[in-house]
Amino acid sequence: MKLKQISVFLENRKGRLWEALDALANAKINIRALSIADTSEFGILRLIVPDPDMAKKVLEKGNFTVKENNVVAVEVADKPGGLAEVLKVLSDADINVEYLYAFVEKSGEKAVVVLRTENTDAGIKALKTAGIAILLAEQVYAL
Amino acid sequence: MIWNKQAECMPDKELRKLQLERLKETVRRAYENVPYYKKKFDELKIKPSDITSLRDIVKLPYTTKTDLREGYPFGMFAVPGKDIVEVHTSSGTTGKPVVAGYTRGDIDTWGEVVARCLTMAGATSSSIIQNGYGYGMFTGGMGIHYGSHKIGATIVPVSAGNTKRQIDLMQDFGTTLITCTPSYALYLAEAAGEDGVDRKKIKLRAGCFGAEVWTEKMREEIESRFRILALNIYGLTEIIGPGVAHECDKKAGLHIFEDHFYPEIISPETLEPLPDGERGELVFTTLTREGMPMIRFRTRDVTTLRREPCKCGRTVVRMDRITGRSDDMLKIRGVLIFPSQIERALLEVKGIEPQYQIIVTRPRHLDEMEVQVELSNKMFSDEVKHIEEFRKKIEAHIEKSVGIRVKVTLVEPKSLPRSEGKAKRVFDKRELK
Repeated sequence: MKLKQISVFLENRKGRLWEALDALANAKINIRALSIADTSEFGILRLIVPDPDMAKKVLEKGNFTVKENNVVAVEVADKPGGLAEVLKVLSDADINVEYLYAFVEKSGEKAVVVLRTENTDAGIKALKTAGIAILLAEQVYAL
Repeated sequence: MIWNKQAECMPDKELRKLQLERLKETVRRAYENVPYYKKKFDELKIKPSDITSLRDIVKLPYTTKTDLREGYPFGMFAVPGKDIVEVHTSSGTTGKPVVAGYTRGDIDTWGEVVARCLTMAGATSSSIIQNGYGYGMFTGGMGIHYGSHKIGATIVPVSAGNTKRQIDLMQDFGTTLITCTPSYALYLAEAAGEDGVDRKKIKLRAGCFGAEVWTEKMREEIESRFRILALNIYGLTEIIGPGVAHECDKKAGLHIFEDHFYPEIISPETLEPLPDGERGELVFTTLTREGMPMIRFRTRDVTTLRREPCKCGRTVVRMDRITGRSDDMLKIRGVLIFPSQIERALLEVKGIEPQYQIIVTRPRHLDEMEVQVELSNKMFSDEVKHIEEFRKKIEAHIEKSVGIRVKVTLVEPKSLPRSEGKAKRVFDKRELK
């Protein structure tokens, strides 16, 4: 149910994002989804890639600080209120969402959203109970 | 105007004679009454009677801040406690503070030398002096206070900070002379400008600025913004506080009151005295201090002594504006800090890499210290808030243990330059030279 995400620390410096992506490109790693959190001084690049362990190695070799952690990918109806429906489930279960971002690719007719809840297991449980489709890692990489 | 023409314009020969008399007396009192000096002199096999000329001063040992700290609190006092009427301390951020003890006579001397300073800035008994130096353990506030009393001017003991009030008082009371740090003066000028204060309402004519290193460029700015004469005042707790030296309106260096303080310039490397005109570390011996005589105190301040006569008529020696320190100590908003203190504080935070850089700047005229720390894997998280929490934790810890608010910036691991030898960790970009 859990999906591995790679996070990369980016100092607020010209060309640093490019250097990270270039390292991945050279290792022929295709990015499935990404988001960047930015503060006034640094950024965190978050990535979903088919081979997270490999990506981590490549980035660390390039002197990046990298962390692997678990997120959840859920299917969301691609219509107004689709995402709101999912978030209502979490809100009702009193689960805090730290961040989320979307895939470009669709899963059939559904949009795919990456979710990071404060407590991943509690998040999965609440989503499952509400009957929301959680994608397995293989399904995500096959998109 | 000259406050004490006799002392400030004394013919050289007479001054040397007076200095020698006073030096002998100081050395004798230090030896007889301060165990620290007795021990040091005995070790070097020096007797007070060995001092027969001013040149003999080189036989005497140097005194450092560390020596004074070891005597904490009253170990350096040369008189019984009943004769001490006031004490002050240095900021004490680099360990135990240095305590300065004053007898009634010392307070009188202090008032005298500060009166000379204020007079150089045009103060008279009709002046209204707004004293923006901090009152309390810091010597700045009280020193100016005593000088103003000596002159008979009206002192406004507003102390440091409280900008709005400073500006109000300046207008309402008709302040003619202000004393504060130069950076605060600029800040005040800016704040007054933002408040739309009419310059015509301000009667300010001059300011005595010190307690931190500043530049000619800052002087120009203060002078043009406030349209006043901005003069440099120098002093240090160990010697007496403010009032050791001050600039006259010729702005050609600070006149040292040599009848009370004997200056030398030494090489901080070889510790050998340097001739006049050469740049080196300033060393002072007090000539009249009763409570705490100081023999060859190493100030760590770097300057040059100039003997050429000044157009103002004063004969006492002048020192150049202080341009730096002979150790790696930094003065941030008036607080002395060793980079090693920052390092120690950093290493006390769990999960931190011992790689850092200190960058000191002065945006908007106030010193700011940025500490760049390499982010370690342990600190990194996919969530911004966790990283921010960690960053703030480091800031809070530095503030708690060093006593100064800094800005911590996280940088990527291995991004700070490594060096084989002594790493250059401090980048002072304040352009104080």
